Amino acid sequence: MKKTINILVSLIMVTGLVSCNNGENKRENKGQGALATNAAEKVYVAPGEHDEFYAFLSGGFSGQLSVYGLPSGRLFKVIPVFSQDAEKAWGYNEETKPMLETSYGFVPWGDAHHPDISQTNGELDGRWVFINENNTPRIARIDLTTFETAEIIEVPNSAGNHSSSFVTENTEYVVAGTRFSVPIPQRDMPINEYKGNFKGSLSFISVDPESGRMAIKFQLMMPGFDYDLSHPGRDKSHGWFFFTTYNTEEANSLLEVNASQNDKDFIAAVNWKKIEEYVNNGGGTKVPTKYAHNVYSDETHTATSTMINEVLTVNPLDVPGAVYFLPTPKSPHGCDVDPTGEYIVGNGKLSADLTVHSFTKMLAAIENKRFDGEAYGIPILKFEDVLAGTVKQAGLGPLHTEFDDKGNGYTTFFISSEVVKWKVGTWEVLDRQPVFYSVGHDMIPGGNSRKPFGKYLVALNKITKDRYLPTGPEVTQSAQLFDITGEKMELLLDFPTIGEPHYAAGIPADIVAKNSRQIFKLAENKHPYATIDGADARVERKGNEVHIYMTMIRSHFTPDNIEGIKVGDKVYFHVTNHEQDYDVPHGISMIGANTSELLIMPGQTETFVWYPKQPGVWPFYCTDFCSALHQEMQGYVRVSPAGSSTELKWSLGED
Amino acid sequence: MKKAGIIMIIGSLLLLGLFKFPLWNIMLGAPQYPDPLGMDIYIEGIQGVDEFDIQNIDGLNHYIGMKTIPKAEDMWEFQVFPLVIGGMAAIGVIIGLLGFFGKVSYKWFLGWFLLMSVLGIMGMYDFNAWLIDYGTNLDPKAIMKLLNPDGSPMTYKPPLMGYQKMLNFDVDSWPATGAYMMFVGMMLTVVAFFVGKGEYKKIEK
Repeated sequence: MKKTINILVSLIMVTGLVSCNNGENKRENKGQGALATNAAEKVYVAPGEHDEFYAFLSGGFSGQLSVYGLPSGRLFKVIPVFSQDAEKAWGYNEETKPMLETSYGFVPWGDAHHPDISQTNGELDGRWVFINENNTPRIARIDLTTFETAEIIEVPNSAGNHSSSFVTENTEYVVAGTRFSVPIPQRDMPINEYKGNFKGSLSFISVDPESGRMAIKFQLMMPGFDYDLSHPGRDKSHGWFFFTTYNTEEANSLLEVNASQNDKDFIAAVNWKKIEEYVNNGGGTKVPTKYAHNVYSDETHTATSTMINEVLTVNPLDVPGAVYFLPTPKSPHGCDVDPTGEYIVGNGKLSADLTVHSFTKMLAAIENKRFDGEAYGIPILKFEDVLAGTVKQAGLGPLHTEFDDKGNGYTTFFISSEVVKWKVGTWEVLDRQPVFYSVGHDMIPGGNSRKPFGKYLVALNKITKDRYLPTGPEVTQSAQLFDITGEKMELLLDFPTIGEPHYAAGIPADIVAKNSRQIFKLAENKHPYATIDGADARVERKGNEVHIYMTMIRSHFTPDNIEGIKVGDKVYFHVTNHEQDYDVPHGISMIGANTSELLIMPGQTETFVWYPKQPGVWPFYCTDFCSALHQEMQGYVRVSPAGSSTELKWSLGED
Repeated sequence: MKKAGIIMIIGSLLLLGLFKFPLWNIMLGAPQYPDPLGMDIYIEGIQGVDEFDIQNIDGLNHYIGMKTIPKAEDMWEFQVFPLVIGGMAAIGVIIGLLGFFGKVSYKWFLGWFLLMSVLGIMGMYDFNAWLIDYGTNLDPKAIMKLLNPDGSPMTYKPPLMGYQKMLNFDVDSWPATGAYMMFVGMMLTVVAFFVGKGEYKKIEK
């Protein structure tokens, strides 16, 4: 109790200090008008012109990934990932339902967190975006030629998949760490026997360099702490991975107090190259488990879900020299590595200081066995021997640090609601700007690579309050754009975001835009129910299952008159878009269908199921305004009573 | 007449560019088509500038009742044109060779040019006749039957050469690489004529 009071007192004191520094500054900035600066000019992208950067913002509890342009802050697309999206039929049509399969069955929602863009030689290559799902632990891969989710892999032995999904320098691995330690394997046991019995798994998921296909290479079974965030080493520290931990107290209740007692938690430094070698030589233990691996194919336009029944686990004590703990003050959140790979920043969220460790000193401390005890057999390095420096009194509640290409760090402070710029190496604070309000992560394009593009910084805020027109109790989420080319950061723009923008990844548009596909080639469509030749459009009955092989092109369906359907049938509409022209999708929906519309891109095939319930003549139509004769793009299905003998027939343009 | 013969041969061979490069190009741009659709007309058939342009032009044209763009086997021209061009190139080369060895007069060069010009004009006439048929011989059940301000049915013949606004489309019709090569080649045969004439005069002196 005494400790808690001490912390509170010091928090209040520091708040006083910091807010004294900023009080005036804040008021000035809030009123910063477009006329006072050229901010408006800097974010203005003229009609028809393109933004300089893509920004992929996590959709948080929406489960999706949003695509924005910078500096305009315009939303281009919401890519459905972990949640059903009726607009795009994601998780509704027969093709994409398997993408949301898990070992728990079909899960229609997810909590998306940390997008990261694939890299080659430590630089962004713009091929894929990876993003993690916290609640039902999963990692998704989004293909940046189609801007669609190409793959989702479930992470077994994990709960609260939060210290994810960060990629190594050559996208060798995308890494996923568990936030909530759990019994592994799961078993019925008293909750208060957590300490010493629960485990935290750190999963290294390999990525095929050609196809991007993911596979869990190994899971490192760590002590039962909470693994909060992580970052790969890069350049000189490539081969290592760093994870922040909290709740090293291993409390199982009232964590806000009980997990805040230790003066220092740890950053776990994992030499993954060493463990990879161990595993490649047959090391590790295969244990039974169950997890789904879902892959979408752009050839069949269909996803498949495979259940996998075992995973390779590694006990860190079996690989001497592979894992060390770096003491880091006050429940660190973000764990960030500067572009040179030398500095590892622990953002101790209950502290006013930032702790920076040195990779070189860490190696020396390991070499010289400068240990300060061990935790569950894992050596703890001496704090003083790994510390590179401290950014003192930088603000309150540091969460995350990004870097520019000029040797500066930019740290977000949740409690004091600001972004602070500081110098790597001298640890002096150079600038601070308030954000509105309570920033979580920040993002500089390429900030998680060897080569950041230090032009803009996006602050991803947790609280919005009065920044926009009110919309009832629930208001929009918000991001703020700063120009960071000058000595002082300059606030340029507020823009609304979907869900909660936990984290984001940005990339120069020219790396990605040129690879964006315009259509799918019909001739390459390998969907088992595709109708490639319009003459093959038909209706087939198999018992009470009816398969309609339908095509769509401006501005008609083939066939558009169908008779012989009966109440009690299960009717599959397999619809192929025959357009081969850019930006000519067609949609389709049927009155009484208990599912979403389909939105079908040129050359693609999608399927929905309709259960006719009443005799009658029921229309279907195109749901996407496709052409001058879009309103004419419609058709009818005649439904006869069950057991009737209406002949099955179909037609187009017959009288 | 060595120099003139060589120029004649080069000029004639330039015709062969038509087997590789398009003779004519028609581009169709519209507000919805910032990247215009286009067709390249070769002596052996019509191809889209981009992979699916022909299909997309046909798709749009069906609204106003135009026929689909003919495939190579649908028009006799695409069988005859290659023979004519190949034949004329061969004849030109033979004349050039004979000229080189002084077996024929330089006047043959001009003769070849005049024949080629007549054939070219006939080709243009035929091309224009096809454009008229394509643009005016419309399906009576066309989805959109538009009228000119004077009440006559609107037709859609693309310009033989030049720019024209047609409904929402900006249509540009211009000679393409193959035609320019043929033009330069034909000019060279005229040059060959004059050079040959000069060389002949020198010999006479």
